[in-house]
Amino acid sequence: MAETTLAASAGYDTEHHTGEHATATGISNTKLGMWVFLGSECMLFGGLISTYLLYKDRVPEGGISPRDIYDIYFTSASSFVLLMSSLTMVLALAAVQRADYSRLKLWLFTTALLGSTFIAGQIYEFTAFTREGLGFTTNIFGSAFYTLTGFHGVHVTIGIVMLLSVLILAIRGKITVEKAETVEIVGLYWHFVDIVWILIFTIIYLIP
Amino acid sequence: MSSVSTPSAPEVKHGDEHGHDHPSEKTYIKIALILVVLTATEVATYPAEDVLGSLVTPLLLVLMVIKFWYVAAFFMHLKFDTKLFSSVFVAGVVTGLAVYIATLSTFEFFA
Repeated sequence: MAETTLAASAGYDTEHHTGEHATATGISNTKLGMWVFLGSECMLFGGLISTYLLYKDRVPEGGISPRDIYDIYFTSASSFVLLMSSLTMVLALAAVQRADYSRLKLWLFTTALLGSTFIAGQIYEFTAFTREGLGFTTNIFGSAFYTLTGFHGVHVTIGIVMLLSVLILAIRGKITVEKAETVEIVGLYWHFVDIVWILIFTIIYLIP
Repeated sequence: MSSVSTPSAPEVKHGDEHGHDHPSEKTYIKIALILVVLTATEVATYPAEDVLGSLVTPLLLVLMVIKFWYVAAFFMHLKFDTKLFSSVFVAGVVTGLAVYIATLSTFEFFA
């Protein structure tokens, strides 16, 4: 029991003692690699958000503008769903760190399900906007909007694929306490996707 | 129930110099509740735009930064992991902001 408690409180240390982090820095190279990747992603989304802010007001007279089509309450519900998926993701990590594999599978599945719900909401939103007359090439605002939110949607979709892959590995018994870092790294990507949505939701949808 | 137990107290334990320990589930749930309240506050500004006037934008930006910090610090464990990860991520965020400022400045001053 004491050993389980130790494993629960020190996911990293468990790995450290198995020699996985015997690197020059003493830090997991995989984890550092993910952080470097996420740092570069900040620049990608920085560029996309800048482009949107530049072009959002360049709507021809009588054309469809952001405020005409945004359904703030629907998008708020989507944001809530994505926010909750971040919670279930950390609960999955906590579960694997204390060797509770049934909860790990449950939380991974829930996270993927919430992510899929978010994507379904985005598809619905895009369909509704297209029906209202805002296509990808309708005006420059539409192009910037679909590019930014579409890129984010693709990131969420990739995250769902990663989650399902880890879930399959967990079902096969290949994700153990020693491999908790795998769940943590997928979690880092997932939380980053959530952080980007926090920015998009405020800057694109809410700020007048 | 399983025989698995979790450390009783404190909720967040700091480890060695690299600080690898993570928050407890209870802490994660508290953070999620805070994020829900912050998001609800953000959404509440939408129907109150006329009342809040010019305060809307700064208020939303502050709420956004707080939410960003909570997710990065607690869910991504930057508060508890080695500072190197924070440095790498902050470098990305700062460069992203620089891209934003450079792009807007270019179009404002040289368009």
